[in-house]
Amino acid sequence: MKKSNMSIIEIKNLSFKYGKQKILEDINLSIEERDFLAIIGPNGGGKSTLLKLILGINTVREGDIYTFGEKPKKNLSLIGYVPQNTNVNTDFPIKVIEVVLMGHIGTKQPLFGYGKDEIMCAMGALAQVGMDEFSNAKIGSLSGGQRQRVMIARALCAHPQILILDEPTSSIDIDGQKQIYQLLKELNKMITIIVVSHDISVIMKYAKTVIHINKTLTYHDITNNNNNSNNERPHHLCNHFCEVEFFHKSKERVS
Amino acid sequence: MIEALSFDFIQHAILAGILVSIASGIIGSLIVVNRMVFLAGGIAHTAYGGIGMAVFFGLPIFLGASIFAVLSALIISIITLKHRERMDTFIGLMWAVGMAVGVIFIDLTEGYTVDFMSYLFGSILAVSQNDLYFMGGLLVAIIFIVTFWYRDILAVSYDSEYAQLRGINVPFFYTLILVLSALTVVVAIKVVGLILVIALLTIPVYIAERVSNTLYIMMMLSGLFSSIFTLIGLWVSYQYDIASGASIILISTLSLFTFLGVSKLR
Repeated sequence: MKKSNMSIIEIKNLSFKYGKQKILEDINLSIEERDFLAIIGPNGGGKSTLLKLILGINTVREGDIYTFGEKPKKNLSLIGYVPQNTNVNTDFPIKVIEVVLMGHIGTKQPLFGYGKDEIMCAMGALAQVGMDEFSNAKIGSLSGGQRQRVMIARALCAHPQILILDEPTSSIDIDGQKQIYQLLKELNKMITIIVVSHDISVIMKYAKTVIHINKTLTYHDITNNNNNSNNERPHHLCNHFCEVEFFHKSKERVS
Repeated sequence: MIEALSFDFIQHAILAGILVSIASGIIGSLIVVNRMVFLAGGIAHTAYGGIGMAVFFGLPIFLGASIFAVLSALIISIITLKHRERMDTFIGLMWAVGMAVGVIFIDLTEGYTVDFMSYLFGSILAVSQNDLYFMGGLLVAIIFIVTFWYRDILAVSYDSEYAQLRGINVPFFYTLILVLSALTVVVAIKVVGLILVIALLTIPVYIAERVSNTLYIMMMLSGLFSSIFTLIGLWVSYQYDIASGASIILISTLSLFTFLGVSKLR
């Protein structure tokens, strides 16, 4: 039942300003089902703003965004979000399972406490990210990578069709990063993944599509990049040169 | 000691101590995990303005202080939601203005000098029947609200950005926590006085936070520790005839240092 070529996020002529400063200009993008999209670009280039627009936190004024064919605010429950900084508030007295159960907010809940089915679902999500044995641990006792996986479980708890992660590995050691991306690759068999990242070498290994955002959007099609001898990219026609090109250049030099 | 228990004012003091301790344990936990200690301090001192005005106009003290404290909580909530970067300046301002208003109104009230100190350092031995009703009512309200909205409050406190994204009305719960803090501060003023209120809202809570792995347990332990400190402090104050508010806080502080010492050694 492979549904190909169906875009689940459609962005048309999107521009966004904070005050007078233009953050995003004329963005056009369509994200297909089961894509693994990586968003790269400099700090302040508008990556997080784009995510906030897709998540309905910021309101679209110029241009259009459709998630599943509707306005972003309508389909929030179909989008799982893993925020950027999971290392804040580590003193907070909260168990891993409780963090994951937050993913159920907004759905029907019992009047007091947690429902049995909710706990089952949360445990399932934890098992999916390989953290089920830590369900009763205090969140502050986990490593950065483990905590990030718990945040992914929280997002998965609501059975999203799209998972959006904002710099998921920025404060995690190399092994932890690898595990996170391996996990995302596994999840990608079922759901669409959108990830903002700086880590270009990892991204090139796992992502199917890479876009570079610095006010404007540049598209990198890197499918089949395992045998990339002569994959000319459309943007080579213009003057774009970012980490992706740098990565390819350095790869060419090695081989 | 036993015969002391037969006095009405001692019974009231013990009951008030326990009621306020449980309330301040629950609300203190929310204040600490939300990093709102300075805000609570601002509300406590602004409440003094309400006490001064209540004295001047002959209103019940609790009522005047509550209205003033809740109003200041609402103002602080609006300011911090709109201008987070200027928050400390505004709170410092309200802190001072509240105190000044209180001092001026008490000065203007003729023949009223006796109780001045009791609001600064508490007057747990002068708790009336009506005070107890107010404290009990507040505690019941707090327990009901926190139980009913536990998951939302937990989500807002732990990760407000995510809570917002999932459709929780974060400003509402933020304001709710501040208003409950304001009311708790008002009853805690009766027990330890407004200068020491912050200590009651933080010391037992800090110890509880270290040994709890859920917010719920932290709240219960805070209430328990706070009750124990308050009762011991009350006994010390009765035995040696010293100020009750100060001895409660000193007992709490000694316990905190003991706790820190023991956890260092382990």
